[in-house]
This record gives sequence, structure tokens and C-alpha cells, in this order.
Amino acid sequence: MSRSVKKSNTTAFEKTPTGINGFDEITNGGLPANRPTLVCGEAGAGKTLFSIEFIVRGILQYNEPGVIMVFEEKAEDLEQNVASLGFNLKKLQKDGLLWIDHVHIDRTEIEETGMYDLDGLFIRLAHAIDTTGAKRVMLDTIENLFGGFENEGILRAELRRLFSWLKNRGITTIITAEKGLGTLTRHGLEEYVSDCVILLDHRVKNQISTRLLRVVKYRGSLHGTNEYPFLIDEDGISVLPVTSLLLEREVSSQRISCGIPSLDDMLDGRGFYRGSSILISGTAGTGKTNIAAYFADASCKRKERCLFFAFEESPPQIIRNMQSINIDLKKHIDAGLLQILATRPTSYGLESHLVSIHKRVKQYKPRTVILDPITNLVTVASISDVKSMLTRLLDFLQNEGITVLFTALVFDNEKSLQTDEGISSLVDAWIQVRDIEGNGERNRGIYIMKSRGMNHSNQVREFVITEKGLELVDVFQGPEGILVGSARQAQLLQEATGIELRTYAASRKDQAIERKKLVLEAKIASLREEFESVQDELNKTFMEEKLKKEIMERNRQQLANSRNNRNLKNGKNSKK
Amino acid sequence: MKKNGGNNDLKKKSKPPPEYDLRLYVTGATPNSVKAIANITNICESFLKDRYDLQIIDVYKDASVAWQEQIIALPLLIKKLPLPERKLIGDLSETDKVLKALGVEM
Repeated sequence: MSRSVKKSNTTAFEKTPTGINGFDEITNGGLPANRPTLVCGEAGAGKTLFSIEFIVRGILQYNEPGVIMVFEEKAEDLEQNVASLGFNLKKLQKDGLLWIDHVHIDRTEIEETGMYDLDGLFIRLAHAIDTTGAKRVMLDTIENLFGGFENEGILRAELRRLFSWLKNRGITTIITAEKGLGTLTRHGLEEYVSDCVILLDHRVKNQISTRLLRVVKYRGSLHGTNEYPFLIDEDGISVLPVTSLLLEREVSSQRISCGIPSLDDMLDGRGFYRGSSILISGTAGTGKTNIAAYFADASCKRKERCLFFAFEESPPQIIRNMQSINIDLKKHIDAGLLQILATRPTSYGLESHLVSIHKRVKQYKPRTVILDPITNLVTVASISDVKSMLTRLLDFLQNEGITVLFTALVFDNEKSLQTDEGISSLVDAWIQVRDIEGNGERNRGIYIMKSRGMNHSNQVREFVITEKGLELVDVFQGPEGILVGSARQAQLLQEATGIELRTYAASRKDQAIERKKLVLEAKIASLREEFESVQDELNKTFMEEKLKKEIMERNRQQLANSRNNRNLKNGKNSKK
Repeated sequence: MKKNGGNNDLKKKSKPPPEYDLRLYVTGATPNSVKAIANITNICESFLKDRYDLQIIDVYKDASVAWQEQIIALPLLIKKLPLPERKLIGDLSETDKVLKALGVEM
């Protein structure tokens, strides 16, 4: 990282990375190497911290020793202030990598009697730089010298000399200065430090403060001109690049289940696209968080990490509540697949939320992010601010290929459905859960407002929450509209009764047929009987005839015979 | 408190402890330093003859004094005695101011 002074004659500016989260990104590499940079801002804007982080990260990450010259705070105060960030200045000093010099000036002790210069400062600085081999110097807040000396002319000339001296020695310097009224610095230091000026701001809106950073000037380098929100936390400063609005990210055509099979079915049977953004909106108590929890659960079951930002409930609360619908989030948390981060929206500004989400995502590297609910952010900022914040968040997450699910509370489901912080146009899929009131009860209906790039169901489904879990049920279309809840169940019963009745009727008919068949068969039998008797009768007559005929024949024969015999017998008979 | 290193000890009255204990910090032979040395010697000789002890210290030669005395501006004259301690910066060309700060009546 250390570059020689001579090399900086090349056209492009060399840059010294600060190691501050995000700052090097917005400046394309850091501060101008071997040159002074002015960091200005109001009291409490984070100037000192920014500078110290630059020095300490220089030592720790880039092996560039540093010198801190404090004109303001006592050296001990300084150490304590940054100890909370995990910076051990004492150790660095002991290792000879850091030199802290506290410059104390008390005007009342000093009488000015003619021409002087600030050689003392130069000597001290030179000694510190030579002893440590420093490449980075921080002067905090050198403007305090203006309070220590009467002769401003000398002071200005000396400061000019100091800055060019530092430049010549190839030291990358940060000079901090308080913001003046209408000017960047109270004493016009920006006049001398012309290479790079960074303005730190601290704005309070709705009682919530947001820290902002802006690169006012960066000679010879492209830099973002926006105000970048930044956050100070236990890891130091995190700056968030705002203008990374690239619509060129790669998209995945992989599909992931949302955890509710019946909802997957509505989405072409395969769920959402990976890396897409999903909005679940609905009125209070419609089960948005439940859907979100299902989604988280599904993600964890795929062994993919999920980050759950809860703005309403605390992690134990969510875990408990989700147990009631048969989701065990605790198991996933223990397995390290799920992290629930609960913050009150009002705990810090919108931008800080964004920065903190960024940071958490960078750290945890989840595949799925859930924000529940985004609506609560409106309490800290206006809707347009929330929209711009969410746009940036969406952009960031989608660039990382992370699937994100937002839930949003809609206040009046009849008036307008477009109140979802205006992000409904940005998201890829939008699922609406809403109340369906009627028959003295409230039921939940779910439908897909949109789902880009897939064939999705246009049906309204009833959304049922049971202790076994979530389920989507087909809604009945009755004469009075769709039927849900007990009306649906009544309809179901009615249908069941119908079926019962129909089967009963059918069985009755069967019996009748059976009976008819029996009757018929009986009839057939009797007819046959009749026929047989007739046949019998006929046979009988026929036989009788035949018999008669035979008898008659025999009789005739006998008669004939007897006639013959009479002739014979007559004689005999006369004899008798 | 180091008392070494005056490159040209001009005066050292060894007899009684001097009423005025003065230290002048300079940076080599820069114009301001040269002027300051000339001016203070002049003032001492004219107003404090035999009542003072003046050490001239070159900060270039011993940078550590720069911290001890919280030196920023140079040349610097410190009046250690009589109390209270006073610091005067500059080439000491404004004689009136110097005398006033040193508490010397003209």
C-alpha cells in the first residue's frame, strides 16, 4: 500500500484504502495517497472516529503505521472512546506502530511577541513519523490552533506549510475540522486542503438521527456525489453505497418452495424464483408473519441460511408464536441456519437500518432475507424515504442473489391496496392476504396479485391457520359470492348431505328395480306354470283322444269280432 | 526537567539563585531564532543585569523537550521564575510586551 512520492506524478491518483466499511467503494479505492484529506462536520458527526479508524485500520490491515495528533481530546479520552470499537491503542503504541501526541494549547499562558512559526509542531510530527515509520497521520482538530494563537496570518501560512510538508513526505493525512456557518470549516481550511474534502453530517428527523457522509471534493478522481448514510457501531463506521442501482444482475430461474405446498401450487406448482423479491401484504392479523415463518422454515430445511429482521416482535416471541402453528424455529437457530434480529424501527434512522441490514447480510451471508414488517419503518421516515430505502435494499439483496420476503401491513383493505410503501411495483411477486368478512365471522383469503415470469393462479383461496400449520383451501363460489369459513363448511356439509341423499335415493331405486325384477320373475314363473298346465291340459286331451281312439278301435274290433261270433253262437245259443 | 543542551550558554551567574530563570527554545539558526536570541540577550542585559539565568535550547537537537514543554510555536521563551510561569512566543521583538510578560518594570 505504501507508495513512493515520486510515483504519484502519474496521471491517475493513487489511493490509500481506509479499510472503512464501504468508504473505499464509494471513492473507488480510498483517500488520495500521500496527500491530505479534510474531514469536516459538526460536533459529534464522527470526524474523530472516522480518522482513528483510518489510522488503526491502516496499521492492522495495511501495515501502515500511523500518527495521531490530537489538539482536542486528551489522549486517554481518545483511547477510551475507541476501546468500545475494539481498538487497543495502547497496544499499538507499545508495538511502535502508533504514535499519539496530545497537543495542548492554552492561550492565556502564551504571550505573542513578534514573528514565530510552528516549528515545534513540525518537530514533533517529524519525530513521530520517523520513529514509527508512519504513512498515515491524523490531525484532530487542527483548527483548535486558531484559538491558541492571535496572529492568524502566521497560522495560515504555517498550516499551508504543514500540509505541503506532509505531502512532500508522502504522508496520507486526515485533517478534521468543525463545520462553520455556511462554510465547510470554521476557519476555511478547505482552502489549503484541496485534494479531498469529506463532509460528515448528522441530521435529526422525527427525533431520529441519521449520519450522512458526502465526498464534497476529490480532485482527479471519480467519486459518488451523493450523501451516503453511515453507521457507527461496535465495528466502527460502515458507509453504504447508495448508487449501486444496477439493473444488470444475473437472474436465476431456479425455483424455491415457499414452504406451503398449496401456495406453491398456486405459483405454477413450483414456488418462487430464487433471488426474487416477494411482498406479502395484508391487514392486521391476516397471518403475514406466519407465511414469513413458513418461508424461513422452508429455507432452513433446504439448509440455506435465513436472516429474519423483525421490527415488531422479539425473537423468543416469534419462536413461541410459530410453535403454535407447528414450526420449530428454535431448531434452525440452534443449527445456525436462522438468525432473528429484532430491532425497533424507532431505535435508529432509516438509513442506519439500511446500513445495519447491509452489514448483517454481508456478515451472515444468507440465501433468504425476511423483513417483517416494512410498514413499521414508516414511523421513522416518510413514505418516499422508505421507498427509496427499500429500493436500495432490494437492489442490494438481488445483486447478491438473495431471495427477500417483505411483509407489509395494509390499513384499510377496501380503500386502496397500493399503500405498500409503493414498492409493489418493484417486487417480483406480490401476495395479498385479506380479510373476508361475512356471516358474523372473519376469514382469510389469499391471492396472488402478481408473480413475474410464471404462470400463477388467479384464484382466491381461503387461508386457514391450524395448529398443524397453514393451508390453502379452495373457496366455494356460491350464489352470494365466495364462501369461506363456516359458510364454506356449511356448504361442504350440504354437499355431503346431498351425496348422502343421492346415494340413498339410488339405493331405493335399486331396491325397486330389484323388486320389480322379482315380480317380473314371479310373473314369468306363473306364466310358465300356466303354460305348463295348458300344455299339460293339451297333452291330456291329446292322450285322451289317442286313448279314446285306441279304445274305439278296440271296441270296433271287438264289435266286429263279436258280430262274427254271434252268427256262430246264435246256433249254439238256439240249441241251448 | 532537562536542562541540558544550550548551544551557547551566554550567562551563568553562579552566585545567588537568580531572580529570573528563563529558557529560550529555538530551532537552529533560523532567522526568528537568531532574532529571538539577540532580542532576549539584549533585554536581559539592559533590564535584568545579573538577576537572570538564561538557557537557550535548540529543539532540533533534542526533540523530546518539544513534548515536555508542549511546544508548538517557536521561538518560545519560558519564564520559570519568578512564578507564575509564563510563555512567550515569537522573536521577542516587541520589547514592551516581553517586559510586561516578564513582569519587569521599565
